[in-house]
Amino acid sequence: MAQVSLSNIRKVYPNGFEAVQPSDIQINDGEFVVLVGPSGCGKSTLLRMIAGLEDISDGELRIGDRVVNDVDPADRDIAMVFQNYALYPHMTVEKNMGYGIKNRGASKEEIARKVAEAAGMLNLTEYLTRRPSQLSGGQRQRVAMGRAIVRDPALFLFDEPLSNLDAKLRNQMRIEIKALQRRLGTTAVYVTHDQVEAMTMADRIIVLNGGRIEQIGTPSQIYHNPASTFVASFMGAPPMNLLEGRFDNGTVMINGGTALMPSPLQRSGPITVGIRPEDVLLEPTGPLPFQVDIVEELGAHRLLHGRLEDQNFTVHVDKETHVSPGALRIALKQDALRLFDVKTGQSL
Amino acid sequence: MKRAGFTNVWLPIALLLPQLSIIAIFFYWPAGWALQSSFYLQDPFGFGSTFVGFENYTDLTRNREYLRIAGFTVVFCGLVTFFSLALALLLAVKADKVIRGAKTYRTLLMWVYAIAPPVAGFMGIMFFDQRNGPITEFFQVLGWDFKLGVNYFDTATAMIMVSVWKQIPVNFIFFLSGLQSIPRAVREAAMIDNRSAAGRFWGVTFPLLAPTAFFLLIINITYALFDTFGIIDTLMKGEPGNNPMTLVYKVYLDGFRGNDLGGSSAQSVILMILVLALTVFQFRLIERRIHYT
Ligand SMILES: Nc1ncnc2c1ncn2[C@@H]1O[C@H](COP(=O)(O)OP(=O)(O)OP(=O)(O)O)[C@@H](O)[C@H]1O
Ligand SMILES: [Mg+2]
Repeated sequence: MAQVSLSNIRKVYPNGFEAVQPSDIQINDGEFVVLVGPSGCGKSTLLRMIAGLEDISDGELRIGDRVVNDVDPADRDIAMVFQNYALYPHMTVEKNMGYGIKNRGASKEEIARKVAEAAGMLNLTEYLTRRPSQLSGGQRQRVAMGRAIVRDPALFLFDEPLSNLDAKLRNQMRIEIKALQRRLGTTAVYVTHDQVEAMTMADRIIVLNGGRIEQIGTPSQIYHNPASTFVASFMGAPPMNLLEGRFDNGTVMINGGTALMPSPLQRSGPITVGIRPEDVLLEPTGPLPFQVDIVEELGAHRLLHGRLEDQNFTVHVDKETHVSPGALRIALKQDALRLFDVKTGQSL
Repeated sequence: MKRAGFTNVWLPIALLLPQLSIIAIFFYWPAGWALQSSFYLQDPFGFGSTFVGFENYTDLTRNREYLRIAGFTVVFCGLVTFFSLALALLLAVKADKVIRGAKTYRTLLMWVYAIAPPVAGFMGIMFFDQRNGPITEFFQVLGWDFKLGVNYFDTATAMIMVSVWKQIPVNFIFFLSGLQSIPRAVREAAMIDNRSAAGRFWGVTFPLLAPTAFFLLIINITYALFDTFGIIDTLMKGEPGNNPMTLVYKVYLDGFRGNDLGGSSAQSVILMILVLALTVFQFRLIERRIHYT
């Protein structure tokens, strides 16, 4: 168990591409941190630098209280779960799980005991003598988890471990991994591009974009107070509505002329206004006109896609609310507005 | 997988016919002929033959020279196979790590593949030349008075070295592609699980190369048995004398130089059985066990 600290960590690939801009991250002991961002934003690169599979171009990486920049991956006291599981195809499940501690000089009894324990936790006991090719995707995933657990490392690293599973299994494994990490108390860094995974599993989320950290915060902070329009639109399904607007005479207006609220800031000029779809109420006497184009039926709730003053807008309503396409009036819940700078996209 | 079938029985047969007739004319017919003539004693001048049953075979088991050649063949095959596999594997592992100029490096190594065995033999003669062959000179520096074509041991050494050299590129190509088909993540997982590079090689990389290696083992034994003929013939400059030779060369020698067609046929039947055994061994025992998926 350990805290992890990245100071000014940077990655420039040999071809000159800067995949990770200088970044600072502090991960506390026992914390579950999720790195999330769109494809190609540098999540894997960052994780692989922590694992030691990729050289660190600049900056300092500490695991526990050791600087590990130049430490071999095998000596960093980490265990990693790969996207394609990376099991050893020629070894049985038992050998796969025991390989790491065997190379660290564990006795036969110790290996057998730890493997049996991990297999028990993961419901793999009856598969111990099988080869990976004789297992289903979900079972392989468990073996990969088991291999990490048996090592009892200071830090778990996960690189999109669930992305090859079907949706149902993914939901189940998500909960299992999280529960397991809780139980073991091992610090974990988890990479995903799935924002649902990020929201549900993380103690803290790090949102990456183009090799840069957009925001670090708890799922609730990230969701309710996104630091930028990027985070606002990346996190949440459906994403936050972003409307073009402006400050005018001490009021926040959206283009088209509707006033939303008194401005909290002494400014004037254009602005981006963010509204979460569920922060909207349908009210016959509401101040805002909303034109519903499509009703998306999702069972537990409905999404109304349409236009607000000719800008795309989505509203989330519960399953009891029946709506058909056409003109409606809506009101905003208290504290529903998020304001962003038009140019930088940063939260104001 | 969806299977397409022929509704007409004759069409597939017609399509296979060219291939089948080639196999029949160039393989089964001569093989059958060899089998037949191995039971006869041919008149050296070509006037008729006498049926002698298994005498040609029993003679061989009592022929001390034949047994000595068989012994040499075993040693020769063993050494050629071992060294050409081991050196190729070493080169492939190194080439796999090369990042810059990898293509050039591989191409240079593969060139040797394009050289025909007799040409390889001639190059061997140049390298092992008595007066100014660089390898001979090198051996002389080491205090080894190397005499190609004169000393049995020295000639054998040259034959093995040239044969190994000629076969390395094929093995190299297969090993390299075998190495490159090992998923990167599996190697990385091993890097985290095992700090020792040698441990990783023997524990993970090598077992994953085993299917390739076993396939190559068969290929190499066959090569050492049969395809080294050109190299051996060139290196002994057509003068068998006291020189080392393999069983295949002996077949040629007895049949075409010694005009003992019956004995020579018996020898080639023995070789055919050997190849058959090798093939069965490959399919039955190895192909089934070594593949992991
Ligand atoms: N070896 C390399 N050389 C040069 N550029 C690379 C190399 N590996 C990755 N990159 C680039 O670095 C960027 C980040 O890659 P990385 O694999 O970290 O993305 P990611 O966030 O994990 O994406 P994904 O979600 O698709 O896995 C990408 O733009 C990629 O093209
Ligand atoms: Mg990735």
